[in-house]
Amino acid sequence: MISLTNAILFLLLAPIIGGLVSGIDRKLTARMQGRVGPPIFQPFYDVGKLLEKENLVVTSSQNFYILSYIVFIVVSGALFFAGGDLLLVIFAFTLAHIFLVLGAYASNSPYSFVGAERELIQIIAYEPMIILSAVGMYMVTKSFFVNEIAASELPLILYLPGVFIGFLMVFTIKLRKSPFDLSTSHHAHQELVKGVTTEFTGPNLARIEIAHWYENVFLLGFVYLFFAFNPVIAIVAIIVAYLLEILIDNTFSRVKWQLTLKSAWIVAGMMGLVNLGVLYYLAGVLI
Amino acid sequence: MIELPFLIIFPAIAAVLLLFIANETLRNAVVKIAALLIGAGTIYAFFTYFQSGLQLFSVPFEPASQIMFVLELFIALYILYVGIQCRRYLAVLLIIIQSALLIYVESVFVMGIHPEFNLFIDQFSLIMAMIIGIIGTLICVYALRYMQTYHAHHPEIKDRRRLFFFMFFVFLSGMFGLIFSNNLLWVFFFWEITTLCSFILIGYSQTKEATNNAFLALEMNLLGGVAFAGALLYLLYVDPSGQFLGIEQLLTSGYAIALVPAVLIGFAGITKAALMPFSSWLVGAMVAPTPVSALLHSSTMVKAGVYIIVRFAPVYTGTMEGLIIGLVGGFTFLLASAIAISQSNAKKVLAYSTIANLGLIVACAGVGTYKLVWAAILLIIFHAIAKSLLFLCVGTVEHRIGSRDIEDMSGLIVRMPKIAVMMFIGIAGMFLAPFGMLISKWAAIEAFIEAQFGLIFVAILAFGGSITVMFWSKWMGKIISVIPSGEKVEDTVKKEKWFVLYLLTALTVIVCLIFPLISSTLIEPFVMSVYGQTARLSQDNIVIMAMMIFLLMLMPFSLLLYRDGVKHVPAYMGGRPTTTDMRFQGSMGITRETELSNYYFEEYFGEKRLLMAGTALCFGLILLAGVLLTGVVL
Repeated sequence: MISLTNAILFLLLAPIIGGLVSGIDRKLTARMQGRVGPPIFQPFYDVGKLLEKENLVVTSSQNFYILSYIVFIVVSGALFFAGGDLLLVIFAFTLAHIFLVLGAYASNSPYSFVGAERELIQIIAYEPMIILSAVGMYMVTKSFFVNEIAASELPLILYLPGVFIGFLMVFTIKLRKSPFDLSTSHHAHQELVKGVTTEFTGPNLARIEIAHWYENVFLLGFVYLFFAFNPVIAIVAIIVAYLLEILIDNTFSRVKWQLTLKSAWIVAGMMGLVNLGVLYYLAGVLI
Repeated sequence: MIELPFLIIFPAIAAVLLLFIANETLRNAVVKIAALLIGAGTIYAFFTYFQSGLQLFSVPFEPASQIMFVLELFIALYILYVGIQCRRYLAVLLIIIQSALLIYVESVFVMGIHPEFNLFIDQFSLIMAMIIGIIGTLICVYALRYMQTYHAHHPEIKDRRRLFFFMFFVFLSGMFGLIFSNNLLWVFFFWEITTLCSFILIGYSQTKEATNNAFLALEMNLLGGVAFAGALLYLLYVDPSGQFLGIEQLLTSGYAIALVPAVLIGFAGITKAALMPFSSWLVGAMVAPTPVSALLHSSTMVKAGVYIIVRFAPVYTGTMEGLIIGLVGGFTFLLASAIAISQSNAKKVLAYSTIANLGLIVACAGVGTYKLVWAAILLIIFHAIAKSLLFLCVGTVEHRIGSRDIEDMSGLIVRMPKIAVMMFIGIAGMFLAPFGMLISKWAAIEAFIEAQFGLIFVAILAFGGSITVMFWSKWMGKIISVIPSGEKVEDTVKKEKWFVLYLLTALTVIVCLIFPLISSTLIEPFVMSVYGQTARLSQDNIVIMAMMIFLLMLMPFSLLLYRDGVKHVPAYMGGRPTTTDMRFQGSMGITRETELSNYYFEEYFGEKRLLMAGTALCFGLILLAGVLLTGVVL
């Protein structure tokens, strides 16, 4: 049932795709802000340089947490593309993020400490919606396994429009895009220095960046599932969704954590749950 | 079948022995030997019965029942006496009602009945027995050293350790009796024993607060006891020959007869399992010495409540009353988890997390499909181990650093590295993949989707689950922050404590690894025998999770990779001049200390507001169930 080939392909290709997406993202963002922007391959140069730097830490255990972070991000992504159980993927994904948070806590530094707390807020803001998305997919396809969901002929997006909107909302949080880039940001408008990543430099920061690429590819894969009945539409949907995120990123200022949490939960409740409720009711009627 | 009476009676004998031993060395020896024998007894019982399924044992009803009745009257008189003495008239009123019901039942019906099969064992009892016999006794051993330190730290509290250990072992005896009794009259007797034990143990320190909280626990549990007595009365009224007094006979008798007693006993279970609106007694119970909390939360008391509800789960399946019980559990899970975010007292966080998890178990049992019962039993097992470990860790930390506040635990990894790692594993066991509790929550989500009105529960789990992530992770973060100056203080911890803590930590991990085995030998056959079908996780997922556990166990070795070539620098302090212990030069040239403190979101997750909401909601639900039930009875 689990496809090892896909997992290995993910392992090899995801950083390349993720890095390229990140490069294009930066280019487009720059153009939106009226700048020329860096070359498309700039993220790779950055990471390459970071990897060559000296390993500076506050405490050695940071290395362990960050290594665990990237390992479990890769595990959850690989499990997703291999066609594993979606809920298990989500739980492994949460586990990975807890490691990032713990790495930030470990340094006992004020900036990364507040960053860690905010990262936790982000986790509890997005997790319910992601779980509800998985549940929605199960309700339509009767399976939690990604390969079966992807193979489904049913147009999931038509059954789950509300869930998809809710997912887009948490997609913004996950991509660390404004207005929800609370814990750390790629922009220079972060008042917490670098938030959760403040105490990471050199190779550790490179690992966090690579993990983020893996993570983004996994999230794009999640978007794909909504449109899996037609791969062409799915690719278009992914591109549109990502462009939308870049646009949102550049047109909104960051909000406070209170609003992040509230809005994410309200959207999960209003869009996600109502959508699922309708499906649930219809399924009951049809049976 | 000698194992069952042995497990019920032997702890009681040990208890009486301990009541008369004043010498500490002798007490230590007796507790250890008794613990060993009970543990061995449960394991022996496990190997004898794990393949045999349900076994009913013909045990003479008399004279055991008469002895129980006399003891019950003594307990009632005792409670009456203490209640009047402390002017707690609610307790007095409840015990009078309960005793009146009981005497009526006893004098009108019980004289004429001769139930034959009074004891039974099946896989579910066996699981409970393992929890009581292994975790419960480990806590007893831990308590030896703990109470020694406790009295050294609190000279103002009267040393009543003879009573303490007497009650501990009576508690174990009562729990064994409760899970092995088929006859509901007997179950009720043991039920009352656990109420009494918790009352005395919570009030152990005899301070005003302890006495008040002990009475709170007593009153709420007596309320459940009255409902239980009502169920007995109903059953005997329906059939005076007493054939429905046997749990097995009752479960197979169908809804018409079983529903009313099942809901009444379910209500008793809700009070004992401290679900909202009765959650306050368990939170109040934390004034007791920590081993008492560990015992109440993991292997006894609250587990008696969920045990009885899971037992009656087949009766609840698909009924409105069952759904309501499930909803009480579900809302308790959601709200108690949320309250835990706002708490900084470690024992309070643990208490609310226990309440939340019991709520989840009851939610599973109340809806009562076969998959959910499977998940509920899994939850009982994992919760018992991880929670006892966490309580004992907190107790040990409290004696060393003089505080049970999570804020004071920062840098525990430097000050008490071994305890910190164990606490870390315990916490991970409570909410992270691929550990126990998460497996059960996952199974519960999958099972709820297919159940009637399951979407409500799926939503509760989605939101409640992520809330749990919040409060556990920030606690974890506190203990693993590496503070620059910390003194190591764990060398004075005694070897008995280490032994217990190591064993529980090992169990937390091992049970996650062998849970497919536990599921296939114990839980699945049980669910199969009750429902005719059973749930299990798919093979793929089990393999992947086992791989994840091994990966997690390997990861710490990566620390070895970073021994060389790593340069240490102080944390970034905004460019201010700092000292090595994180003091920094503030404005006006004043040196300030850096203090880091977690978020508690008082305004969103404040205890008072959420507790009020939960109490109102769950009270309303219970009232509704009461109205429905009255309809059925009439």
